[in-house]
Amino acid sequence: MDVNEPTGGLEQSPEFVQDLEGRYRLDAIFEFATWAATAIAIGVLAWLLISVLIDGLGTLDWQFITSFPSRKAERAGILPALQGTILLMVVVATFSFPLGVGAAIYLEEFATDNWFTRVVEILIGNLAGVPSIIYGLLGLTVFLRLFSDITQGPTILSGGLTLTLLILPVVIVATRESLRAVPDSTRLAGFALGANRWQVVWSHVLPAAMPGVMTGMILALSRAIGDTATLLVTGAAAFIPFSPDGFLSRYTALPIQIYNWASRPQAEFHNLAASGIIVLMAVLLIMNTTAVVLRNKFQQRS
Amino acid sequence: MIFKSRTVRFATTASLALLIGGLAACGNGTTPAPDTTNATSEPAASASSDVEGEVLIDGSSTVFPISEAMAEEFGIENPGVNVTVNLSGSGGGFKKFCADETDISNASRPIKDEEAALCEEAGIEFIEIPVAYDGLTVVVNPDNDWAQCLTVDQLNAMWSPEAEEAGVSNWNQVDPSFPDQALALFGPGSDSGTFDYFTEAVNGDGGVSRGDYQASEDDNLIVNGVQSEVGGIGYFGYAYYEENKASLQSAQIQNEAGECIAPTFETIADGSYNPMSRPLFYYVKLSSYEEKPQVKAFADYMIDPANGGLIADVGYIPLPDEDVSASQARLTEKKTGKDPQ
Repeated sequence: MDVNEPTGGLEQSPEFVQDLEGRYRLDAIFEFATWAATAIAIGVLAWLLISVLIDGLGTLDWQFITSFPSRKAERAGILPALQGTILLMVVVATFSFPLGVGAAIYLEEFATDNWFTRVVEILIGNLAGVPSIIYGLLGLTVFLRLFSDITQGPTILSGGLTLTLLILPVVIVATRESLRAVPDSTRLAGFALGANRWQVVWSHVLPAAMPGVMTGMILALSRAIGDTATLLVTGAAAFIPFSPDGFLSRYTALPIQIYNWASRPQAEFHNLAASGIIVLMAVLLIMNTTAVVLRNKFQQRS
Repeated sequence: MIFKSRTVRFATTASLALLIGGLAACGNGTTPAPDTTNATSEPAASASSDVEGEVLIDGSSTVFPISEAMAEEFGIENPGVNVTVNLSGSGGGFKKFCADETDISNASRPIKDEEAALCEEAGIEFIEIPVAYDGLTVVVNPDNDWAQCLTVDQLNAMWSPEAEEAGVSNWNQVDPSFPDQALALFGPGSDSGTFDYFTEAVNGDGGVSRGDYQASEDDNLIVNGVQSEVGGIGYFGYAYYEENKASLQSAQIQNEAGECIAPTFETIADGSYNPMSRPLFYYVKLSSYEEKPQVKAFADYMIDPANGGLIADVGYIPLPDEDVSASQARLTEKKTGKDPQ
């Protein structure tokens, strides 16, 4: 049966073409397009993972995790870089969580809507897109040179603080979004019971927004852990034959070590770089899992 | 509801307090390194195994493998000394060196006058020590059967800024005897000492080069580029060529005596591979050398002839004996400044 033919009974406007087959075809085409988009994204990721695993699994063993770097590929390990990255993340999480969430709460819950807050909003939005090398240069001037008495030059503390600057806009934007998603009725109910703004925010709005905040933190920390340019500028060293002994220690980090190995002439070092990538991804995965578990805990509570 | 949110509050506060407390506790974690004295038979370890402290090195990525090898071996003999090596490039290294942020600066070219002036302004005196030779290797595609021996003039015809203005983009524009083949140029970026040295040798002025070539800080990309283009040509340190001999060929270079010389350990060491063989340098800060025993121990270790094997290990050419003695003399007599004699 020709679907284009008016099917009697119902009056149809002359502009309306029923073209059912065509609409279903469009539907199928759109579905295929979205499927293809997903497949391409996953395909590229799978390709990357597989090639890294093929190159890196052979040299990835316990000795690799617990050894110091070396000029000899068979002796080289990733221990100082792994410790450096973990300590960096501790610094970044410690500073970016209170600062980022605090700023977002102020802007979203306390600040009045005037030109100043609007300018700050626009600035933060733009800062989220600034290349990380720029933050590196900022960190170099501020944390390494200006505050060198506190940070002792190129140490984990100054590197971590620079990474904190890098991800602060992301944390602030994500936190504000999730605060905005908390229904106003929650706030009004609090006020109606005589609570002040601080009590409402602290005991109602923030707990309700926590899952969203945690998601933002996950994304932000993932950006920080893989960032290389910032650390290159703020003085993560390429060769560190010792474990960092605190937050004021010289350090190297996983992305730096990987970059260093990948640019060597010898193919054995390229395999080590692949092993390093696997370690980096494992750390990232552990970190994200922890954050997801925490988020689910908050979700059940609120 | 109130109870629940209190738990949340408590959990958040507690974890934050823990994190900050932990940070503060680890803050001044400069624990003295264990004083493990291990007198090995290595002559280079001469009674230096009880020193401790930091040695900060930055500079050329070409010299990095040498410093890394030295730092690794030195660290085994002197567990109390933490040697960190970084690779900001020769120029980047001098910037930090003259800002008093490092003890030793690696360089794959001599310090420039303006850099030396910067150091002088900051009151930083340095000792210049040649440590090894490297041969700048010009590589071409394995299928290239015409560019077997290149002259400096031919290289200049490819790489000079005038070549860019004249639009040189084919091998037959470089030399009429070369075939009609598109020219694809690959080289390091302008922050690298390799770039400075090559442009000095080929274009007569360090840092002057045509700009429309594929520049990369990662020499492996130059290797890939020359491999994939029949008309490809690029340059880098000899160590990269050693590792990629199978997939690239090196062009011989006509030296000042008019002979075609291929880069090898021998030709680089005896100086016949000119003008493309270059010395690599350490710049040791005088005040660090005098006041920090660990810097003195490490600097002495690096130019000890007993450790010359490490230089060959990582693909560079150790200095001939008399030059090593000259380097040692510079250090012991503390001859400061650029090219003292």
